[in-house]
Amino acid sequence: MDLSPSGEQQQLVDAFSALYAKESSTDRVRAAEASGHDPGLWRRLAEVGVLEMAVGEQSGGWGASMSDLGLVAEQHGRHLGSAPLIEAQAAARLLARVGGDAASGVLTSALAGDALVTLALHPPRNGVLGLVPSGAVADAVVFLDGDRLACVEPVGRRDRVATLGSMPVADVAIADGAVELAVGPAARSAHDRALDDWMLLMASALVGMGSRSIEMGVEYVKERQAFGVPVGSFQAVAHGLADAATAVEGSQLLAREAAWSAGADPTRASELAALAFAFGSEAAREASYRSLHYHGGYGFMLEYDIQLYFRRAKAWPAQFGEPRLAYARAAARRLDRTDSAG
Amino acid sequence: MDFSLGERSDAFRAEARQFLDEVFTDEMREEMHRTGVRHNWDFHRALIERGWLAPGWPVEFGGQGRDPMEMLAFAEEFQRAGAPTYGVGTTLMVANIIRHVGSEEQKRSILPRALGGEIIIVLGFTEPESGSDVAAAQTRAVRDGDEWIINGQKMFTTNAQEADYAFMLTRTNPEAPKHRGLTTFLVPLRQPGVEIQPVFTLSGERTNLTFYSDVRVDDSLRIGEVDGGWDVMAVSLTLERAGAQGGESIRMLAAMERWATSAVDGEGRPRSEDPDVLARLGKAAAENEISTLLARRTAWVHVSGGMPGVEGSMAKLFASEALTRQSADFVDMLGPDGIRSAGEPSSIEDGAADYAFRFALGATTYGGTSEIQRTIIAQRGLGLPRG
Repeated sequence: MDLSPSGEQQQLVDAFSALYAKESSTDRVRAAEASGHDPGLWRRLAEVGVLEMAVGEQSGGWGASMSDLGLVAEQHGRHLGSAPLIEAQAAARLLARVGGDAASGVLTSALAGDALVTLALHPPRNGVLGLVPSGAVADAVVFLDGDRLACVEPVGRRDRVATLGSMPVADVAIADGAVELAVGPAARSAHDRALDDWMLLMASALVGMGSRSIEMGVEYVKERQAFGVPVGSFQAVAHGLADAATAVEGSQLLAREAAWSAGADPTRASELAALAFAFGSEAAREASYRSLHYHGGYGFMLEYDIQLYFRRAKAWPAQFGEPRLAYARAAARRLDRTDSAG
Repeated sequence: MDFSLGERSDAFRAEARQFLDEVFTDEMREEMHRTGVRHNWDFHRALIERGWLAPGWPVEFGGQGRDPMEMLAFAEEFQRAGAPTYGVGTTLMVANIIRHVGSEEQKRSILPRALGGEIIIVLGFTEPESGSDVAAAQTRAVRDGDEWIINGQKMFTTNAQEADYAFMLTRTNPEAPKHRGLTTFLVPLRQPGVEIQPVFTLSGERTNLTFYSDVRVDDSLRIGEVDGGWDVMAVSLTLERAGAQGGESIRMLAAMERWATSAVDGEGRPRSEDPDVLARLGKAAAENEISTLLARRTAWVHVSGGMPGVEGSMAKLFASEALTRQSADFVDMLGPDGIRSAGEPSSIEDGAADYAFRFALGATTYGGTSEIQRTIIAQRGLGLPRG
């Protein structure tokens, strides 16, 4: 057992931490709020190869481990990156897994930087893909409709949606513009695995968001005085932060274990990804809520950064759905495993 | 990063599991629930025969030199099985303290008897007027030549009726500041002046109130310096919070998963297809995974040369609060049948949820309440100022 990132992984974390500090300061996050997308940040991320990391060599990438991708996603969440890192990586991995001419063509243009390809988490309803992550800025959306995996170019057929988390989501009409990538059980299972990837990366991002929220709250309550003492000396405040910090550290261990299991214990990978996502959603929500509340009235002001975290901690994971949905998904995996083990 | 405990741990885990399957019988389990005593001499002797009372100890002290990760796997299996280990647990904890701070004579006279299964040692910290504020102990120890005379009361002296010694925190200097007037002793329990009164608890476990009237203890059984008891306690309290966590929760979840796959609702649909049931099971699974991981992290910090104070508090806080939440949630999940008690033939999965619901509230108290753990986390972990 070794719970520290390896030397190489620590270099990766340091490099991305520096990149995000420069390209995703809270000033930059605020400047990108209207569109939810920061093209400068996305360009830098693409330049350093976040998509190549996500797919194997045979698909034109470097095949980094899920642990590596998770560590990068932690930094993404910590700095509230206004860029489609998670959905673009999940989509690229899906395309690589599906293979075939159509999917390979889309992946090639994604890796070349010609097309921003994203993933729809839910099937279409009445011909519309609702709240597609980064759907407002993507060039292509991969989606599952029944047992058919397809890709659609959303330009000219999308409605940008203003959301709690100021994300570049859009409702996308499919009409007759979709290109089929795969069909049948393979299509279903490929999309399902893409959901595992998305949930795991989102869980990691939520860890970063939750940790930073705790730090901001702790910094504030050490300084702020009330009744002649720092408010952090009151148990009512200190204990709320202690609970939230414990949950966030737990969510980090769980997300990192889930990422590790993708390589080391694949029978549990899907279950752990869903558990990490569900628990991470709750922990990040609790951490950002506590932290915002302990800022008192200042926390309610747009000027203070904690509100940026509070809104995204709820909105980012809600693109999939509430934590209970993912808990149920994980429990079904567990029961399946018990059944097949006899 | 590597989350596996390693091949040696996996192998030792498999041995432990096999041992428990063979030795920890249904009769023992039944007796444990009937009497409320989580100590069983047959089980204890079987452990000794196997050389497993303290496998993590160095060979020269009677152990097997197992590394902390092997010991964690071992402890996880015993927790998961719900084995009767309270007696061995407290005995070893005190033996460990003696190994670290005891005199050479104490190591020679006490350790072989503890590891050979001749003696059981229990804890005597808590008093009627002091629990988590453990340094407020009032039980007096007064010097009389080469002996000390003890007068006072201790609470939750679990397994005192089986034990030979109580590792006791006493006040030796009432004039000194609270933390500087304490001394710890190994007090022989089988002597006149010791009175043991059984106390039954919410989950049916038996503990005791113990009374001490002019009880004598030789100075050679003093552990640590006179008035230096708080330093000894610091070692002890950290040890009490380390170790595997979440055994009750893991057993309860396994029972609830069995129920979900075997029971059907009013329309004949398997409960495992009900999204509400699945969501509750999933949440408990996440919490249990995290309880296990937080406990493993504590052991890992220890192996890596650190002192896992805050990590141990987080592990203990999280696991005990999770059990409290889950047990209430599972009683709800089962509907009105959830209140059919453990031991009641019509109960679901032997009343696992009912039992855990009763048991949980002990876990959030012993070893320092959740509030104590939160204060440790806030002050030592987050660096918040003292109130």
